[in-house]
Amino acid sequence: MSAVIDSGHAHDEHAHGPYGGVMRWVTTTNHKDIGTLYLWFSFTMFLVGGMLALAIRAELFQPGLQFWHPEFFNQLTTMHGLIMVFGAIMPAFVGFANWQVPMMIGAPDMAFARLNNWSFWMLPVAATLLVGSFFVPGGASAAGWTIYAPLSTQMGPGMDLAIFALHIMGASSIMGSINIITTILNMRAPGMTLIRMPLFVWTWLITAYLLIAVMPVLAGAITMLLTDRHFGTSFFNAAGGGDPVMFQHIFWFFGHPEVYIMILPGFGIISQVIPAFSRKPLFGYSSMVYATASIAVLSFIVWAHHMFTVGMPTAGILFFMYATVLIAVPTGVKVFNWLTTMWRGSMSFETPMLFAVGFIFVFTMGGFTGLILAIMPIDIQLQDTYYVVAHFHYVLVAGSLFSLFAGFYFWVPKWTGRMYDEKLGKWHFWLSIIFFNVTFFPMHFLGLAGMPRRIPDYALQFAGFNEIASIGAFAFGLSQILFLWIALKVTVLGRGEEAGQRPWDGADTLEWTHLPSPAPYHSFHEQPVLG
Amino acid sequence: MSDRAQHYYVPQPSHWMIFGSAALFCMATGAASWLNGWEPGRYIVFAGLAILAFMMARWFGDVVRESEGGKYGRWEDVSFRWGMSWFIFSEVMFFAAFFGALYYARLIAVPDLGSLDNKLLWPDFAAQWPTAGPVFKDPFTPMAAWGIPAINTLLLLSSGVTVTVAHWALKEGKRAQLALFMFFTVALGVTFLCLQAYEYGHAYSELNLKLSTGVYGSTFFMLTGFHGFHVTVGTLMLTVILARCLAGHFKPENHFAFEAVAWYWHFVDVVWLGLFIFVYWL
Repeated sequence: MSAVIDSGHAHDEHAHGPYGGVMRWVTTTNHKDIGTLYLWFSFTMFLVGGMLALAIRAELFQPGLQFWHPEFFNQLTTMHGLIMVFGAIMPAFVGFANWQVPMMIGAPDMAFARLNNWSFWMLPVAATLLVGSFFVPGGASAAGWTIYAPLSTQMGPGMDLAIFALHIMGASSIMGSINIITTILNMRAPGMTLIRMPLFVWTWLITAYLLIAVMPVLAGAITMLLTDRHFGTSFFNAAGGGDPVMFQHIFWFFGHPEVYIMILPGFGIISQVIPAFSRKPLFGYSSMVYATASIAVLSFIVWAHHMFTVGMPTAGILFFMYATVLIAVPTGVKVFNWLTTMWRGSMSFETPMLFAVGFIFVFTMGGFTGLILAIMPIDIQLQDTYYVVAHFHYVLVAGSLFSLFAGFYFWVPKWTGRMYDEKLGKWHFWLSIIFFNVTFFPMHFLGLAGMPRRIPDYALQFAGFNEIASIGAFAFGLSQILFLWIALKVTVLGRGEEAGQRPWDGADTLEWTHLPSPAPYHSFHEQPVLG
Repeated sequence: MSDRAQHYYVPQPSHWMIFGSAALFCMATGAASWLNGWEPGRYIVFAGLAILAFMMARWFGDVVRESEGGKYGRWEDVSFRWGMSWFIFSEVMFFAAFFGALYYARLIAVPDLGSLDNKLLWPDFAAQWPTAGPVFKDPFTPMAAWGIPAINTLLLLSSGVTVTVAHWALKEGKRAQLALFMFFTVALGVTFLCLQAYEYGHAYSELNLKLSTGVYGSTFFMLTGFHGFHVTVGTLMLTVILARCLAGHFKPENHFAFEAVAWYWHFVDVVWLGLFIFVYWL
C-alpha cells in the first residue's frame, strides 16, 4: 500500500488509476467510473426488460394465444417487473448519485470507495441469476414481481434464483445507501449546510434512508418465503397457523416506500433541471425539502392500500385510504413549485427541459390516477386491472424514466465535455412521449372496462385498445434505440461540440461553477469553501 | 468545519470486491441447486463461503494496515461512525421483519384461524399461543423462559458489561485489563452459543419442537436462529479485535474498530432482550 492516492495531491498523471482495460473497471474505486458502470448496466437491463415487455405486447396484440404459453407469459410479466425495478430504474438512480453527489457537495469522492465498487459488482451477479432463471427447469418465477405467497411457495428453482437475486440486489442497495448517506452527511464542502444542498442531493439523502429502512424488510420477507419453500416453516401457510396475507403486509411495507425510492431522486433531477432552464432559482426550496421528507414518512403508513380487496377491518381501510390521499398534499406542493419556478422565467426548451416539462405533465396524470386508486370503493373495481398497469407505468416510465433521461441530457456535457446531438435528443423526447401515451393511455380504458392484468388472452371487446397499445409499445421501444445511439455518440465515440464549463447558463450548482467539462477524474482535490 | 483536515483518504483500486461477487454467485447458484435436489451444489456453496472469507480477510486486512499506517484521520473516522450506525439500523429493520411476523401471527393470523369464519373448516382449533396451527397434530412442548434462556440473558448482559470495562481499559491505556476483559467477552459469547446449541438439541430431541412445528416453531427458530447467527458473527468480530489488542493495535484516543464491534455487540444484546421478552417469556 505504498502508492496511495491521497485526494489532496494532484494525481492527474494517473488519470485512470493504475490499471488499464477491463481491470480498470473491475477494480475501480472512483465514483465516476462506478457511476458509469451503474448507468451502462442499468441501460442494458432496461433493454432486456424492454424486450420482455415487447414479448408481452406482441402476445397481447390480438386476442387468443399467439406466441407464448400462459405459464411463460406469466414469467415474462414477472421478469419484466423485477428487471425494470431492480435492474434498470434503481441502479440508474444510483449511477446518477455516484456521478453527481460528490461533485454537487464539493467532495473528493464517495465516503467508502471500495464498498462503492462492491455495491455495483454485486448487481451483475444478481442480473445473471435473474436472467439465467429462464433456463432452469420450470423456467423463471411466474408469481408476478410481488411474488405473493402461496403462489411463490410452490414454484421451481427459478423462484429460488429470483429470491437470491433479490437478496443480493438488496444488499447492494443497502451498502450503496449507507455510502450515500455517509457521503452527504460527512463530505460536504465547508459552508454547504444541509439546507443549502442542491435538491438532487436532498432527495437522494431521503431515498437512501428509505432504502436502508425497507430493503432489510424485503430480505426478511423473501427469507421467510425461502424457508417456507424448503425448510418446512409455516409463515405463509394457514395449516401451520401462518397466513399468506402476512406476506402481502410485509412485502408492501417494503413495496410502498420502494415506489418512492424509484421516484424521489427523479424529483431531485427535475428540481435541478427546471430552474436551470427557467433561469430562476427554484421556487420554495425549503418547502421542496419538507415535501420530500413528508412523502418519505407517509410512505411507511400507506402500504395496505395495495391490499384493499384482500380484506381488512373497515377502520384499517379508512386509515390507509386517508393516509394515502394525504400524500397528494406534499406531491402537490412539488408540482406547484415546479410550475411556479417556470412562471415568468426566461425559459428555453433544450432536451433536458423537454423531458422535465413532459415529466411534470405525464407524472401528474399518473399521480391523479393514483389518487383515484386510493379511494377504496373505486379500487375494489379497479384492483388488478389494466387501470393499475396504466397508473404505475405513468409514474414509473413517464416519471422515473423520463427524469432519468432529463438528467442524462442535463449532465452528460459535464461528464464528457461534449454536447449531445440536440436535434436527435429532441426527436428522442417527442417519440418517447408520444408513443408512451399511445401505449399506456388506452390501458386506462381497458382497465375501466374490466380487463385484468397478467393474462395472455382477453375477451374480444378489448382487442382495439390492445392493438393500439402494442403498436405504441413497439414504437416506444424502437425510440430507445435512438437514445442508445445518442448516448454512444456523445460518450464512447466522443462526438459533439465542446461543451465548456457551463453550457446551461441557468445552472448554478458546484459541478457547473467550480469544475471544468469534462470533470476531472478526482473531482475536488481541495474542497471549495462556500461563502 | 473549516479547521478539519482537507485531505480525505480515497483508497487505490482494489481486487478484493470482485472476489466477493464471485463468492455470492457461487453461494446463490450452489444453494439453488442444492435446495432443489442436486447434492453437489453444497460444495459450490462451501467454495463460495471460502472465497467470501478470503475476500473479507484480505479486504479488512488492507483496512487494518491503512488504519495502523495512519491513513485515517478524524474526517475518515466520522465516516466510519456514520457507516456503522446506519448498518446497524438496517440490521434492526431486518429483525423488525421477523418480529413483525411474530406479532402478526399472534395477534391476527392465529385468532383469525380460530374465529367463526373458519369454524366450518377447523371446528376443533383453539386459537391460543403457542400453536402449530389447525392441521399439525404432533404434540410439542413450548420453550420455557426461565431455564437456559434466562441464563443466556444474564450471559449476554454480562458480556455487555465486560466489553465496556475493556473499552475503559483501552481508553486509560491499561492493556492487560483490556485483553483480559475482551477475553471474558469472547468467552461469554461462546458460552451463550454453546447453551443455545444445547437448547436447540433439547428442543428437537425432547420437546418435539422443530423448525417445522407450525408458526410457533417457525418464528421461534428463525428469530433465535438469526440472532444466534449474529452472535456468531459478533463473536468472530470480537475475536479479531482481541487478536488486534494483543498485537498492540488501537490507541487510547483512536480505536473505532473496537467501538464499532462494541456497538454491534450491544445491538445483538438488545435484540436478545426483545427475543427473551416476546419469544420466550410472554
